[in-house]
Amino acid sequence: MSLFRDDGIVLRTQKLGEADRIITLLTRRHGRVRAVARGVRRTKSKFGARLEPFSHVDVQFFVRGGELVGRGLPLCTQSETIAPYGGAIVADYECYTAGTAMLETAERFTDHEGEPAVQQYLLLVGALRTLAAGDHDPRLVLDAFLLRSLAVNGYAPSFDDCAKCGMTGPNRFFSVGAGGVVCGECRVPGSVVPSREALELLGALLGGDWETADACEPRHCREGSGLVAAYLQWHLERGLRSLRFVEK
Amino acid sequence: MYEGVVQDLIDELGRLPGVGPKSAQRIAFHILQADPADVRRLAHVLTEVKAKVRFCKVCGNVAQDELCRVCRDPRRDPAVICVVEEPKDVVAIERTREFRGKYHVLGGAISPIDGVGPDDLRIAELLRRLADGTVTELILATDPNLEGEATATYLARTVKPMGLRVTRLASGLPVGGDLEYADEVTLGRAFEGRRLLDV
Ligand SMILES: [Zn+2]
Ligand SMILES: [Zn+2]
Repeated sequence: MSLFRDDGIVLRTQKLGEADRIITLLTRRHGRVRAVARGVRRTKSKFGARLEPFSHVDVQFFVRGGELVGRGLPLCTQSETIAPYGGAIVADYECYTAGTAMLETAERFTDHEGEPAVQQYLLLVGALRTLAAGDHDPRLVLDAFLLRSLAVNGYAPSFDDCAKCGMTGPNRFFSVGAGGVVCGECRVPGSVVPSREALELLGALLGGDWETADACEPRHCREGSGLVAAYLQWHLERGLRSLRFVEK
Repeated sequence: MYEGVVQDLIDELGRLPGVGPKSAQRIAFHILQADPADVRRLAHVLTEVKAKVRFCKVCGNVAQDELCRVCRDPRRDPAVICVVEEPKDVVAIERTREFRGKYHVLGGAISPIDGVGPDDLRIAELLRRLADGTVTELILATDPNLEGEATATYLARTVKPMGLRVTRLASGLPVGGDLEYADEVTLGRAFEGRRLLDV
């Protein structure tokens, strides 16, 4: 029997039996972890409320063996709220759909339970904080998160220099398979030619230049979102379920 | 693994919500040892319920006829509709005796991560009910958890142009919980103290 303590973001909850839930968290030190929270659907304590999606919580786990992730699901025995992002996010439907796509993305990029994914974790915490603060268009916050998630998982797209030969940008052609923009020499069949503004926007989102991103016109934002979605789908085996519900 | 029909029974039971493989096995062996008359009665109600019970064509609640008991009752106030996720929530609210209006059962809550969006719920049917102007208040009684809140947010935004009074059950309900587990007193109080939603 061992106790583990970690902090994490609740990604998903599933009903289990009469009144329990399985909680999926992305934790700081143990990566993605699934745990059972008993009685949370009928309790009057605040335990259940703390373990809702988007919550940043400090959790204590109880396991039979010596490893947090191994045989059988750990029990979630205590939790303290660090930041309840859900309240602000769920009050705005656009925020909610964008936020849900972030949670699913974080889950998909942390395939192996128990394997630390600290960069992905930090990205998610930062993105949820930004989303809940409401300072930027939710769709932009989502696209920035998707691009940076791709980057920390080894799929950094290029929006300036040629992704194949490195020729200094700007380059006009874009191919998801090639890894971003490519020059005229390296262009592959099926490449598209996005607007200069859309490519600038994506570069700004990847680099954290919010001033440029916030000033972008809606049609270029939509174009950029389309490119991000295509790039993401290329690198994930299955499509994201929640992406089609994100409001444009 | 068990032989043929026993395993089939365990498999079927295991597909029920909240029944894991161990429980399925336990129920299966309970049935095997039960009195044949008891088992025949169980099999009979299972067939009956599928043959006789349908969903109310107005509100989506369970019904024995085209309309459910609430929709048929002329004493119920047609100006107020209480929106819930499941038929079992109607039962929970009816127990409080606090509500005299009608219901609308959505058939779930919006949960994009599970692939459930607004079009998968009975929202278009609700909007059709609101179209003729009879309804003046919409009470959003979706579960007090994240998906329930998101569904309430979506509905409040969608009906906003119609100029209805849109309210949400007061806090005090167990947050993160299921509506059906709220006791009558708490649920009744939540009804009385419902708050106006402004999105
Ligand atoms: Zn090149
Ligand atoms: Zn009805």
